[in-house]
Amino acid sequence: MTPVATTFHAPPRVGHRRSTSEPPAVRRLLIGTALVFMALFLVLPLVFVFTQAFAKGIGFYFKTLGDPNAWSAIKLTFTAAGIAVPLNCVFGVAAAWAIAKFDFPGKNILLTLIDLPFSISPVIAGLIYVLVFGANGWLGVKFPQFADWLVDHHLKIIYAAPGIILATLFVTVPFIARELIPLMQAQGRSEEEAARVLGASGWQTFWRVTVPNIKWGLIYGVILCNARAMGEFGAVSVVSGHIRGQTDTIPLHIEALYDDYNFTGAFAVASLLALLALVTLGLKSWVEYKNARLYETEIPQ
Amino acid sequence: MKTLLKILLAASLAVSAGAKEIKLLNVSYDPTRELYAEYNNAFAKYWKARTGDDVVVSQSHGGSGKQAQSVINGLEADVVTLALAYDIDAISTQARSLPADWQKRLPNNSTPYTSTIVFLIRKGNPRQIKDWDDLVKKGVGVVVPNPKTSGGARWAYLAAYAYALEHNNNDDAAARGFIQKLYKNVPVLDSGARGSTVTFAQRQIGDVLLAWENEAHLALKEFGADNFEIVTPSLSILAEPPVSVVDKTVRRHGTAEVAKAYLEYLYSDEGQDIAGKNFYRPRNEKAAAKYASRFASLKLVGIDQVFGGWAKAQKTHFADGGVFDQIFQP
Repeated sequence: MTPVATTFHAPPRVGHRRSTSEPPAVRRLLIGTALVFMALFLVLPLVFVFTQAFAKGIGFYFKTLGDPNAWSAIKLTFTAAGIAVPLNCVFGVAAAWAIAKFDFPGKNILLTLIDLPFSISPVIAGLIYVLVFGANGWLGVKFPQFADWLVDHHLKIIYAAPGIILATLFVTVPFIARELIPLMQAQGRSEEEAARVLGASGWQTFWRVTVPNIKWGLIYGVILCNARAMGEFGAVSVVSGHIRGQTDTIPLHIEALYDDYNFTGAFAVASLLALLALVTLGLKSWVEYKNARLYETEIPQ
Repeated sequence: MKTLLKILLAASLAVSAGAKEIKLLNVSYDPTRELYAEYNNAFAKYWKARTGDDVVVSQSHGGSGKQAQSVINGLEADVVTLALAYDIDAISTQARSLPADWQKRLPNNSTPYTSTIVFLIRKGNPRQIKDWDDLVKKGVGVVVPNPKTSGGARWAYLAAYAYALEHNNNDDAAARGFIQKLYKNVPVLDSGARGSTVTFAQRQIGDVLLAWENEAHLALKEFGADNFEIVTPSLSILAEPPVSVVDKTVRRHGTAEVAKAYLEYLYSDEGQDIAGKNFYRPRNEKAAAKYASRFASLKLVGIDQVFGGWAKAQKTHFADGGVFDQIFQP
């Protein structure tokens, strides 16, 4: 009798290895390759940016960042992101809500339109605004009175802050909507339907049921959207006019310093952008961590 | 909301009433960054002493053709200081923001300083580059910006072309063959002069950079004379980078007087001295004599004599489907 039991309790040693694991040598090779790759293409450039930034000492670093032109670039970047991100937030939630919770004609067209900025080169996006709002653009040709009114009131669109904000808005449109649509589709409509049946109004349903469900997805989308808004170069470069201290954003100011042969200065400002990216990344990981915990605690219930 | 608007309005009024400050925008080409950084300070001092007003000149730099296009599209430049007359002509004809005879309004065809195209090579001249002929040899990497967007690149192209014409009894077909061979040796076309200098000096690409004379000297200063040398060819082009007030903008900004004075002061002793100091060839004899030792003497040909002026040169060589398009395949 016992021999049978022993074979059941002690299966052969070979069977101990799970079918998904590889021999240790292969495992080490794969992990090693990934780490070397990461070090070469991610960590090394980042370290390089910071060492170059401080190549002329900490005094030079803060002098570069305290320069009025640098300040203006920082302010402009934060203004553009500060306007583009909340607007995209409202639009993204509205679009995702409409797409995920309702059926209406033209839904696929709306989905395609949201993806448009992903598929268009940013330079083309910037050029569209020049062709529409430029001095010889569509607006001036079709509505000369309105264009003249803008000029008379010193309201500039391209080669000024509004153009930069428009270009930033355009390239960041998909980020929040794209983040929320799959999430809202996966959650389905049953909770909203239950709320309606229990007598909640549309507004109450949205604030008390929909928003709490998408909170972490929304924050994640905002972070991604903000990262892109601050780092955008191509579209903004076309509509900026590159006026120092006026229409240069942080990425454009880095280019200008680099072209001034001020490489250390360029890296100093670049390190600021890298720092913003690192903060964004940290926030993103924190959101992901929170998100995962949320699911873990919800499942046992 | 209403109070917020009121506060904003009051704040903006206070700012505009308090400071007596005149703003000018100078839209310029690539290698003039250092020149105008220095000149703007000098002019601000001069204007303050003359009128008591503060003048702040903002700068925008980029490839000359690209900059002209921005002004045409509405970039509100009070003055333009570009690499060649054709780009300002384009602003005049396409945007009608300045009269067609703008070049007659200031002395010397509205060009307060001149320059030319020289070679910047690596120290010790490992490729033995001495004149234009050496650039078409096999395996020589020539760095030059794109003539479609850069003014300096157009001057460089025309300098090479003028040399080829002179050495082939003005045979146009032979000159084209020479230019074609030259651009076969170009590994990368940047959009502006400054981009090309960085490609050559910082990124270490190519054996020779075709550069503005002032850009070559500045690169020598920035990257060290122990790394690079300047070679002056036997023949090059007399490059005249012109300046002009943009009438439409200054009328709207009310800056006509100060913009005109800004450009005229370039011709003053101090303006000319700053030009010479920044390696532009001054027009003024005193400044020219002071900086004579910096500039090698060579045969300089004018665009009017060899190419019949900018309008014709642009149409034949750089327009879509022109000679450059025919000979250059990226």
